[in-house]
Amino acid sequence: MDILNAGVALLNFVVVPAAAYGAQLALGALGVTLIYGILRFSNFAFGDTMAMGTAFTIMVTWAIQALGIAIFPLPTALIALPFGIAVTALIVLFTDRIVYRFYRRKKVDPIVMVMASVGVMFVMNGLTRVLIGVEEIRFDDGARFLFSVQDFRAWSGLTEGLSLRVSQLLTLIITALVCWGLFVFLNRTRTGKAMRAYSDNEDLALLSGIDPDQVVRITWIIGTALAVIAGTLYGLDKTFKAFNYFQILLPIFAAAIVGGLGNPLGAVVGGFVVAFSEVAITYPWKKVAGYLFPDWQPEGLLQLLSTEYKFAVSFVILIVVLLFKPTGLFRGKSV
Amino acid sequence: MSNTRQAEASSPWRGVLLFLVIVVLFVLEGSVRNAFFSGSWNTSLAILNMGLISAVMALGVNMQWGYAGLFNAGVVGFLALGGLAPVLIATAPVPGAWDAGGVRLLLALFVGIGTLVLAAQVWKQVDRHLRVWALIATLALGFVLYRWLFDPAVTAIEANNTASAGNIGGLGLPVLLAWPVGALFAAAVAWGVGKVALGLRSDYLAIATLGIGEIVVAVMRNEEWLARGVKNVSGIPRPVPYELDLQNDPGFVARAAEWGLDPATASGIWVKLCYAGLFTVVLLLLILLAELALKSPWGRMMRAIRDNETAAEAMGKNVTRRHLQIFVIGSAVIGLAGAMMITLDGLVSPSGYNPLRYTFLIWVMVIVGGSGNNWGAALGAILIWFLWIKAEVWGPEIMRLLTMPLPDGGLRSHLIGSAPQMRFIAMGVVLLLVLRFAPRGLLPEK
Amino acid sequence: MSAPYLSATGMRGGYGKADILNDCTITVDQGQIAVIVGPNGAGKSTAMKAVFGMLNLREGEVRLAGEDITALTPQQRVHKGMGFVPQTHNIFPNMTVEENLQMGAFIRKDDYSGTLAQVYELFPAVADKRRQNAGELSGGQRQQVAVGRALMTQPRLLMLDEPTAGVSPIVMDELFDRIIEIARTGISILMVEQNARQALEIADLGYVLVQGTNRYTDTGEALLANPEVRRTFLGG
Ligand SMILES: Nc1ncnc2c1ncn2[C@@H]1O[C@H](COP(=O)(O)OP(=O)(O)O)[C@@H](O)[C@H]1O
Ligand SMILES: [Mg+2]
Repeated sequence: MDILNAGVALLNFVVVPAAAYGAQLALGALGVTLIYGILRFSNFAFGDTMAMGTAFTIMVTWAIQALGIAIFPLPTALIALPFGIAVTALIVLFTDRIVYRFYRRKKVDPIVMVMASVGVMFVMNGLTRVLIGVEEIRFDDGARFLFSVQDFRAWSGLTEGLSLRVSQLLTLIITALVCWGLFVFLNRTRTGKAMRAYSDNEDLALLSGIDPDQVVRITWIIGTALAVIAGTLYGLDKTFKAFNYFQILLPIFAAAIVGGLGNPLGAVVGGFVVAFSEVAITYPWKKVAGYLFPDWQPEGLLQLLSTEYKFAVSFVILIVVLLFKPTGLFRGKSV
Repeated sequence: MSNTRQAEASSPWRGVLLFLVIVVLFVLEGSVRNAFFSGSWNTSLAILNMGLISAVMALGVNMQWGYAGLFNAGVVGFLALGGLAPVLIATAPVPGAWDAGGVRLLLALFVGIGTLVLAAQVWKQVDRHLRVWALIATLALGFVLYRWLFDPAVTAIEANNTASAGNIGGLGLPVLLAWPVGALFAAAVAWGVGKVALGLRSDYLAIATLGIGEIVVAVMRNEEWLARGVKNVSGIPRPVPYELDLQNDPGFVARAAEWGLDPATASGIWVKLCYAGLFTVVLLLLILLAELALKSPWGRMMRAIRDNETAAEAMGKNVTRRHLQIFVIGSAVIGLAGAMMITLDGLVSPSGYNPLRYTFLIWVMVIVGGSGNNWGAALGAILIWFLWIKAEVWGPEIMRLLTMPLPDGGLRSHLIGSAPQMRFIAMGVVLLLVLRFAPRGLLPEK
Repeated sequence: MSAPYLSATGMRGGYGKADILNDCTITVDQGQIAVIVGPNGAGKSTAMKAVFGMLNLREGEVRLAGEDITALTPQQRVHKGMGFVPQTHNIFPNMTVEENLQMGAFIRKDDYSGTLAQVYELFPAVADKRRQNAGELSGGQRQQVAVGRALMTQPRLLMLDEPTAGVSPIVMDELFDRIIEIARTGISILMVEQNARQALEIADLGYVLVQGTNRYTDTGEALLANPEVRRTFLGG
């Protein structure tokens, strides 16, 4: 039994990728859950907001690269990110002004807001296509590895290797910072508390003199910032492809619902729950099992589900939560 | 008050007008040749046929949304499920496939479903403290048994004549029989999803269906034993004659000549007309059934529930059960459309199932046409489909006109080049405008 | 004789087309406790909402300290010195007790730590739970948080809609004592109560509301003594 090699394989193929992916989902789920908590609808345009914001970030990245500015070993996209967020937030605020505000004031059924977000989704999807096309784009120009499999093998002398990509580490650090900042904002600042109050009890918040328009505006800005950060980190980690951002909508929704819609802490936990389940269930465990039980020669790859079905994992988690605890792990807004 | 009366009074005329607009558009497309229309009847009819199928999809969505306010975000999945039926029912059997692993495969699927049923029973019957463990044990055992049966069967079937088959094959039955079967496939899955997600918040159904849509398409893409996955199944039998046969039929060639058409064009038009006739019959039949159902006590109750869910619930109506019924029926209609579409294409190509095109565009059709109104949904579907197809051509033309003042060069050519993508923006804007300024659509519900 | 501090006169209005309130008049003087009683669905809560500007009035006017405030929004009325504790959903359940009180003081630009201390002094039970989520408290404590939240703006008029709904008799007596204490500091109180007898005992002025109309208006004492009121509304 070779626990060391098994552990390294586990880290390399499951823990590290799942942590990075989980961080990206957590950021997205935070955005979805905040928008849900304040505006009270599931925003189907969120995936395309991610895509559009990432597209802007990429374009600014190109412009910065053209100026010859770089921050190697970090990717240039990091400098471009604030610009991408700003432009996207302006567009999102504009959509609120001309689309959502009308329905909010009329206090329509949430499903009508969802319908409206489908319209916004189409527009954003088209904008992204016009801006940057539908092809795959790589825009990570930083160093690739903090340490590679070869480095690790040489250092440790083990058969199994472990690598850590810069984009993965960056994802984890930025996510930690963003979550910390957001929780401080929500729990310590006057505006943040006003947002929580509005989410908790809208009528009483109004009676207390909280300005609903300001709360909504700030929610859109934060939600958009989270979308663009998550989208850019995802794009740095994998590649940018507009359609992938539509597909990631399902795990993000699943993460938000698992954590309890409207509950920020739940969204973060939900993101990691979904990511770890997805990676663990689609990972072929044969290698790890080989180290742990050298005498066992299993026939298959010991893979519960092929990677093509990773979305099925989010779906099943979603169904399980809906069946057994519709308000999520951390009491969110109820049914 | 005056508003509703006005809508009622103008409604029949609006319908006729909308119908005439659509007729004129298709006639223009068939007969006028310029930058905007192709002047080919073959093209015009091809658009019409897909428009008719879209109308059937829109009918299904309209039942769910217009009658019950259910948001199905996985239309593409139910459509794809329906598309499986022509492959499994109508294509010729693959020699050797059943012997390779057919029985074992069926057994595996049986075990899979049986496990789920058993798990549900375990959850209901077993004592509170034990039931979580009992449930997990049941699922784990069932899964292992399922994989033990399933994996070798699939390997064997896919190894059987991989180059041209590798799938389980069909039953060789008439393709029209596959249409109701497609509806059944979709209905079965809809029942499962609805059972879980209905009765909760309305957006949960949307998210659950979004998931099922993606999963069904993933299954179609990856399960080669089923319908060859991304290798596509082609040559699905037709309910109408083949062009080549017509061109070789002297009687047909003679008649085509009478009309002044060459045999190739004439055969294309004739085949498409046959399809159009078939689809129109199905569409009208569905509308008739839907209208009859709406006027029945069942339909009145459905509308009562939609208009005031709380009141209906207070009156002892089981809202969730009614919603499940309408969700299953609507999905069945979408499945039927899926089978019709594959029959028309003669080909299953899973990579074509794009949610934007087959879920959300259908939604635009329903909202624009008039949610709750069957005729509105059908006419809206044909109109939107026509515009969607033509926008790809019109976009660059319009952009060329708009950018006239710009100098030829990078920006202008980028704008013209990306103009076809503008139709996504256009559809979004249309949806938003209708939702806001005419939420009852072009043909409001009576 | 000067005009009463709050005078809402001839109010007519409702939620949709139908009028719930019909020529309803409510007045409260400085430092007075006024109580509205009446059967369920009489429109008591509606009258409170009307006074607080949460309902569009078709007729009538609301004056506060002589000023016509009929057209003001609820938020603007908070600025004018009114505080309101709704009948239901009157706390932020997922926020701590302290945060609930802070939200009550949201519109205040000055230092409100003194008011916070006063509220804690008034309700020592909730002071002990200031870091706990308000949703986790008992019914009586939640009502105290709700009243405390409304006090944070230092209102001149405090409006309470059934503050003792669903609490035990002991807690109810306690709450009434607190309300009297608040009134002694010069704050006017307008209160709706289900427990009509006890409420009228502490009331300077009582209103019996039936179908959105004033049926009886008198001092609390007189209403308690009125045999007809006793028979119909106080159960003998
Ligand atoms: N939000 C509302 N919308 C419509 N009608 C309401 C609403 N709230 C109360 N009502 C109706 O107004 C009437 C008076 O209600 P309310 O003022 O709450 O009575 P009370 O507080 O005296 O029990 C009742 O008939 C009730 O059904
Ligand atoms: Mg009341």
